[in-house]
Amino acid sequence: MAESTIRERPVQALMMVLGVAMVCALLVSVSAVKLRPHYLANLEAYRKAQLESILSALSGTRYAAAAGNLESRVVELDSGRYSERLDAATFDARKAAANPDESMLIPPHRDIAGIKRREKNATVFLARDANGDVELIILPVRGSGYQSPLYGYLALAGDTSTVAALKFYEQGDTPGMGARIQSPSWEALWPGKQVYDDGGALKIGVARGKVTPGSMEASYMVDGISGATRTSQGVHRLLRFWLGEFGFGPYLERVRRGEG
Amino acid sequence: MTNRYWSALTTPLIGENPITLQILGICSALAVTTALDTALVMSGAVTCVLALSGASVSMVRRYLPRSVRIIVQITIIASLVIIVDQVLKAFAFEISRRLSVFVGLIVTNCIVLGRAEGFAMRHGVLASTLDGIGNGLGYSFILLLVGAVRELFGHGSLLGVQIFWTTAQGGAFDPLQLMLLPPSAFFIIGGIIWFIRAKRPEQVDRSEFKIRDELQEERR
Repeated sequence: MAESTIRERPVQALMMVLGVAMVCALLVSVSAVKLRPHYLANLEAYRKAQLESILSALSGTRYAAAAGNLESRVVELDSGRYSERLDAATFDARKAAANPDESMLIPPHRDIAGIKRREKNATVFLARDANGDVELIILPVRGSGYQSPLYGYLALAGDTSTVAALKFYEQGDTPGMGARIQSPSWEALWPGKQVYDDGGALKIGVARGKVTPGSMEASYMVDGISGATRTSQGVHRLLRFWLGEFGFGPYLERVRRGEG
Repeated sequence: MTNRYWSALTTPLIGENPITLQILGICSALAVTTALDTALVMSGAVTCVLALSGASVSMVRRYLPRSVRIIVQITIIASLVIIVDQVLKAFAFEISRRLSVFVGLIVTNCIVLGRAEGFAMRHGVLASTLDGIGNGLGYSFILLLVGAVRELFGHGSLLGVQIFWTTAQGGAFDPLQLMLLPPSAFFIIGGIIWFIRAKRPEQVDRSEFKIRDELQEERR
């Protein structure tokens, strides 16, 4: 057959393969360039919706005015200082967490949140009062639930100890069980809880079972969700991790000293 | 439409279904069928890639050197998958986030390369396109069936619309946790294969060797 002689001649074969590769490269490049603005707009809307979830939890509380006046800053987690290098508008913490250069491996025995790698920088949102003092801080938190990662925001008052709200915007735990961390009745348990005791020790958490009303524990702990111990303890551990020395501990320390 | 084209489109639906007869593309069928909407979008994506890759491979088939044909096929398929992935990210962001890597993994879906190498290399452009669409629909049919069963019994809903009120919502339906886990897709696909082969015994594989009946031999 004539055609088989054409396609077995080396030069023509090479031209053909190059031609196919060029056409494919052209199509992929054009679609990447043309569709990227749509993708970025979606990503922006998605991130806004995540933040919106905690803002809606704060509306109607005494933090509502502060929540309407947020600035975003990137924090270097190790030092607790604001990053000079990174811009909060473009910094993507989730991407950073997956990038070995932008994240660190957590020593396994310290990895209580079960996240393996932690980004070196994180975006926080804060509001200041008329004197320039921090009035409200919103911290991103994440960890492992029963069968899925949990992503949320923790809002703290300017004293860095009083919880204003805790809201999970993404989780895939069992509907009706662990997924109740997103239910309004459980979210309502958080506002007013204290992160630290008078001595400055981390006390916030989720109890195994019910907390006795009026007890010492009730100032720091909320009820666990019955039937979802692993999800409840996941929340407990991720709070302890992100408020501890490997998380926002150094940053919150600076805020308390008035350097935030 | 002549009979030949019609059969290229319809035989992959049940008669030569890529999942239930050829047992291909099982990986994604397990991963994206916890809900009906992800199954639907994945079906659309695979059908598009199958149709377009069938057409493009068939177009260049006479000019492809034998020795590098598979590489060229994969180049074409991978490019199509990247484009489909980008379209989903631009216009169906939420679903594409839930499908995560599985759109990208269409490249490695055996059905796509199987149809390119097995059919499109030897048939015309129109027949190859229809064959791609047909196989895509066959894949979609099984995916949607599995997705519907898993969402209905795992969440009590279809496409996010509540059908059964679950106990957590104050209803009487207790969702089956198993349906949300990957093994349930194996059971459902297994059940579908059993049902089809019971109705169409010609699909049953011939056994490669016969198991000896030791009782019979002892009696002899």
